[in-house]
Amino acid sequence: MAKNGYFSRFRRVEKGPGLDDLSACSDSHEVHVLAVDDSLVDRTVIERLLKITSCKVTAVDSGRRALQFLGLDGNENSVGLDGLKVDLIITDYCMPGMTGYELLKKIKGSSTFREIPVVIMSSENVLARIDRCLEEGAEDFIVKPVKLSDVKRLKSCMFGEGQRLNKRKLHEDNNSSDASLSPSLDDVSSSPSPPPSPSISSPCSPRSFSSLHSRPTSPSSPDSPTRRLKTTNDS
Amino acid sequence: MLGLSLDQLRADMNRLLALLFHQGVLDEQFLQLQQLQDESSPNFVSEVVNIYFHESEKLLRNLRALLVDKEFSDYKKMGIHLNQFMGSSSSIGAQRVRNVCIAFRAACEQNNRAGCLRALELLEYEYCYLKNKLHELFQIEQQRILAGAVRYPVPQQHPNNPQV
Repeated sequence: MAKNGYFSRFRRVEKGPGLDDLSACSDSHEVHVLAVDDSLVDRTVIERLLKITSCKVTAVDSGRRALQFLGLDGNENSVGLDGLKVDLIITDYCMPGMTGYELLKKIKGSSTFREIPVVIMSSENVLARIDRCLEEGAEDFIVKPVKLSDVKRLKSCMFGEGQRLNKRKLHEDNNSSDASLSPSLDDVSSSPSPPPSPSISSPCSPRSFSSLHSRPTSPSSPDSPTRRLKTTNDS
Repeated sequence: MLGLSLDQLRADMNRLLALLFHQGVLDEQFLQLQQLQDESSPNFVSEVVNIYFHESEKLLRNLRALLVDKEFSDYKKMGIHLNQFMGSSSSIGAQRVRNVCIAFRAACEQNNRAGCLRALELLEYEYCYLKNKLHELFQIEQQRILAGAVRYPVPQQHPNNPQV
């Protein structure tokens, strides 16, 4: 399967109709994740979390290096360091130099890379921060410490079997009746609310905002950020 | 001398872990790390924890150096160190250390030097306790590996010629 430059696998999958086993279209293409975190401890953990969920990982310690890897530093037309296509970027929010938010903006501001989903991680569960990131186009926001269930959920939501092909990004689709940018408790997903206390076995982390549904064929779009109001604050 | 049986070692390890959880020294994130350890990455937990120790000691040295300085005023820098310490502690499940960091950060935000010094003392204490206990844990685990690796020869029964 030709790797089309910088189109993520996520995008490629969107074009095909009724793909049942997306794993087959992987063609032994593993999801390649670029992880960005200035903390070596966190980098080590996130790398392991991703590897254990069968992702290829490139871990870098700063936003600068992430941009370098993508080939986005200065010359937008240059190919990434080893030309490896990145399917997902997961970055810490608080980093010296360039914050995860600034990195997010740079990526979303690039015509070549804006399609790559970006997930933000942060130890602070600050609503304003979360809002800002989601508005800037972040796919999801995970409160640290990151758990295996978070990564599994992310992977299955974005690249897993039964991935909904019309997965919408916040800033793009405002036409759907389900996607709503205004906080509203009426925006219920087809799956039950997550339990208030996070448990390792629960597939629905209440500390993040992306799709919490466990039924892959759900037609609604529970990726809306409005679910954040149901999350519990943990400190 | 492998007087300690595998069962006994496992019991020791579980007891120590239970104690640490009960004391709030460790939280569920530590269990999460253990879940990430397997045959393909058999030393994952100790690897991460050793990285944590290395980084933490650097941070503690920096914090102390900042605070003992008579002309100290860089609370912002101290806050940055604290955030790092908090983050990594939370990532390995070092709950009590993390909680002291939170209190420390509060004193820092109030520019309360005396409060910061007290918090640093407490932080150093908690960190030492954690380090000692985790070393103990890893020691027991090493013994378990050793004990499990010893195989006493089992008499082989030949199907056509049962002897022994």
